Amino acid sequence: MSEMIKRSLAEHRRALDGGEYTSVELTRAYLDEIDRREGVVGAYLTLNAEAALKSATEADARISKGVARGALDGIPYALKDNFCTKGLRTTCASKMLEHFIPPYDASVVTRLNDAGAILLGKLNMDEFAMGSATETSALGVTRNPIDPDRVPGGSSGGSAAAVAAYEAAFSLGSDTGGSVRQPAAFCGVLGMKPTYGAISRYGMIAMASSLDCVGLVTHTADDCGAVLSCLMGVDERDTTTVAHPDPSFKSMKKDAPLRIAVVRELLEDEAVSLEVRNSTEEAIGLLRECGFEIGEVSLPSPDAALAAYCVISAAEAASNLARYDGIRFGHCAATEKELLSLYAKGRSEGFGSEVKRRILFGTYMMTEDKRVLYYDRALEARARIRERMLQILKQYDMILTPTTPTSAFRTGGSLTPMQRRRADLCAIYASLSGLPALSVPFGHDKDGLPLAIQLIGAHFCEGLLLQTAKLFEEVR
Amino acid sequence: MKMNDFEAVIGLEVHAELKTASKIFCSCSTAFGASPNTQCCPICMGLPGALPCLNRRAVELAAMAGLALDCTVSPLCRTDRKQYFYPDLPKAYQISQAELPLCRNGFLTIKTLAGERRIGISRIHIEEDAGKLIHSEGSTLIDYNRSGIPLIEIVSEPDLHTGREAADYLRALRAVLVSCGVTDGKMQEGSLRCDVNVSVRRVGEKKLGVRTEIKNINSFVFVEKAIEYEIQRHAALLADGKEVPFETRRYDEASGKTVLMRVKERAEDYRFMKEPDLPPIYLREEEIEALRAMLPELPDARAERLVREYAIAEDDARILCSDRALADYFEAVADNCRYPRLAANLLLTDLLRRCQTDPFHSPVSAQRLSSLAALLGEGTVNSTTAKKLLQRLCEGDFDLSATVECESLGQIRDEAILKKTVLETLEELPRAVSDYKNGKTAAIKSLQGRVMARTQGRADPVMTERLLKTLLAEYEVEQHV
Repeated sequence: MSEMIKRSLAEHRRALDGGEYTSVELTRAYLDEIDRREGVVGAYLTLNAEAALKSATEADARISKGVARGALDGIPYALKDNFCTKGLRTTCASKMLEHFIPPYDASVVTRLNDAGAILLGKLNMDEFAMGSATETSALGVTRNPIDPDRVPGGSSGGSAAAVAAYEAAFSLGSDTGGSVRQPAAFCGVLGMKPTYGAISRYGMIAMASSLDCVGLVTHTADDCGAVLSCLMGVDERDTTTVAHPDPSFKSMKKDAPLRIAVVRELLEDEAVSLEVRNSTEEAIGLLRECGFEIGEVSLPSPDAALAAYCVISAAEAASNLARYDGIRFGHCAATEKELLSLYAKGRSEGFGSEVKRRILFGTYMMTEDKRVLYYDRALEARARIRERMLQILKQYDMILTPTTPTSAFRTGGSLTPMQRRRADLCAIYASLSGLPALSVPFGHDKDGLPLAIQLIGAHFCEGLLLQTAKLFEEVR
Repeated sequence: MKMNDFEAVIGLEVHAELKTASKIFCSCSTAFGASPNTQCCPICMGLPGALPCLNRRAVELAAMAGLALDCTVSPLCRTDRKQYFYPDLPKAYQISQAELPLCRNGFLTIKTLAGERRIGISRIHIEEDAGKLIHSEGSTLIDYNRSGIPLIEIVSEPDLHTGREAADYLRALRAVLVSCGVTDGKMQEGSLRCDVNVSVRRVGEKKLGVRTEIKNINSFVFVEKAIEYEIQRHAALLADGKEVPFETRRYDEASGKTVLMRVKERAEDYRFMKEPDLPPIYLREEEIEALRAMLPELPDARAERLVREYAIAEDDARILCSDRALADYFEAVADNCRYPRLAANLLLTDLLRRCQTDPFHSPVSAQRLSSLAALLGEGTVNSTTAKKLLQRLCEGDFDLSATVECESLGQIRDEAILKKTVLETLEELPRAVSDYKNGKTAAIKSLQGRVMARTQGRADPVMTERLLKTLLAEYEVEQHV
């Protein structure tokens, strides 16, 4: 394996600008690594090798003329397969979109293109981002690069696996209820879910619109900051975007000691393994040594949060996935003569069982008499959780939790749907509140699998999270 | 069955396309009549990943409609997803407004035979239009050009009781919306469409009858006819002791009847959901006031002013004000004219018939029509000549006074000349003369007509009539036995 692919984005920048290697060489190195490891890892659904090399040649021309476009020019990356890429198949790992070629680029793709980043290909995921092991993908199997008998996590399993296996310098995923943070934790890389509205969702195929965020997978906090800076900002195509008050993350250093809130209920939940609990306590101890003030807080019942998340995400997903009717694009049961059977057969054939489960559940939750009982109450619970989170973040700078209750589980779907839901436990508070959250690798379990802690900050405090993550990098 | 035993309760849901250049959630054009599927994009086609971006102009126009109809315009409202599957609806939900519409609690005053009536408007909300299905033999095609055209839905209170009233309400509503520039109101292009809810009950009953919804009626006349038909149908069922089923029907123009589209077991469940892709819509008080200040004079107020300022007939004023362009034209004519009544007459009886464009566009300049009314008013030409001249002006402009002089079109008011013509006419038509003498006074009309014909329509009609009467009184008819 070429050593160059292990370097950070800043090191790549220096090497490219200094002529140590070219973008074409770097792109080839990643493509070679993909070649070497994909047989086991299986992170990619679609490779973009030819176009990537062409873009790299163009980047090299800019770099040699001294007109590089900034931090990411000439650096290869990959995308979860739910970001629309003009002319390049975008499947959501579903039979429904197996042959879908979007006529437009997602806004983040446009931004990365404009920054000169090189798209290597599209990454596997749980079908329509529904799942937590990438095992609901209809189009491929992805394994954890640390241990191929383990899942990479999900739904952005391909995104985490590709970065962990050095098959891309960084990747984008989507995080609705931990879908970037959890696989990042499982694969031992950094996973960031920024503030809701910080990055445009335009062109990222929706699962649950009020929760979906573009997420980032990188090796280091600085890498994450560099990509984040490129992606953040108002996009007129997504009117839920807002201007970031601190786009360069400069204003976060404080004189007073930083205060960290620990959520006892989450640490002591029955789903959280002993090793995860111990490792988290260790992280807390480390922060205390570094001069952080640690306090304990209480959150509304995890069961309420899980229920609210389940209902809201399913209701919105059912709505967002209604457009897959086979009329304009996607799988179509074209031989059916009646409209209703065309819909029913096409959707039955196109969607996998987890997607169907959530569509049925979400639709049921929104029917006239159930809506008040479930959906409206879920919205109320969400409002209470958000209020409580914001209240805590007035007293504390960050909240610390484990990212996941366990390390990566074994392949083969041994968990029941409800157990899998429980695994989202720590992730969903930030999602329901629109807060930024960062999964930072910290420690390993007895099998050598990576563990991680999660830092949750106030809205737009991504800088503070990254700064704290750097601290963990230094002691690692 | 006595119709007097029954009363109808009618409410209208009117959809009006807003006059924006681009669609409500994307930048595609709203122009009518383009080739199918040439005005669409990932957003209005509902492609995966596309997000809506609200066209602020649509909100402003909708708010203006609300202000013109005396509604309360909400400073904060939301959009909701109305969810159902249909091939013309790309996202399988329509972005509309459920709980918090933009405008509420307005009214529109209409003139009916029984006097003025105030028709309540319960709400106006914004929403997107769907595409259009084109059924051909054995297949159905879909045109998404219309998908995402901004609409307002104006929901009336059930304050209407007859088809005529409903049609009057719709006419008045259209006039208000068009005058404000909210919509072009072209019913034949579907930019104004009407759904009708009709129920019938026995007079004196408090409880409403079961309603029928008649979908998508696209003319005033059909609204009236459809409702009248439906009232009769309901009344007949009730008189027979039968129940009216809860149905959606459509109006069949050829037979003049309503026909069943589908029976409704219960109200459809649209699973309304707050639209998570769009932030709430805020309208600041200053913005609302700025829009209010931009409202033009509304048709009713303008009609009253025209009656006051130009002493024209109230009915004429109302017709003039049903189209803002027509009223503007009339005012341009009347402002420099001492004979506005005559101008209104020429405009409404002759000119309007020749140019049926909507909005009105005159082939004759305001100044010419003004001059023509003056020639008529001053007696230089009579009305027959005026009509002929107007027809010629429609074909091409020319100088009126010069033409009248040059072609000797001026009215004959020389008593000696006219007297001679009248006497010749009496000689020519002895039968008419004897009829007149025998008490059939209407016979004078044919004599008048003959005088006009003899003078190529130039005789002064008033003088002619006076001379005829005088000379007839003196005239001795030879008795034919």
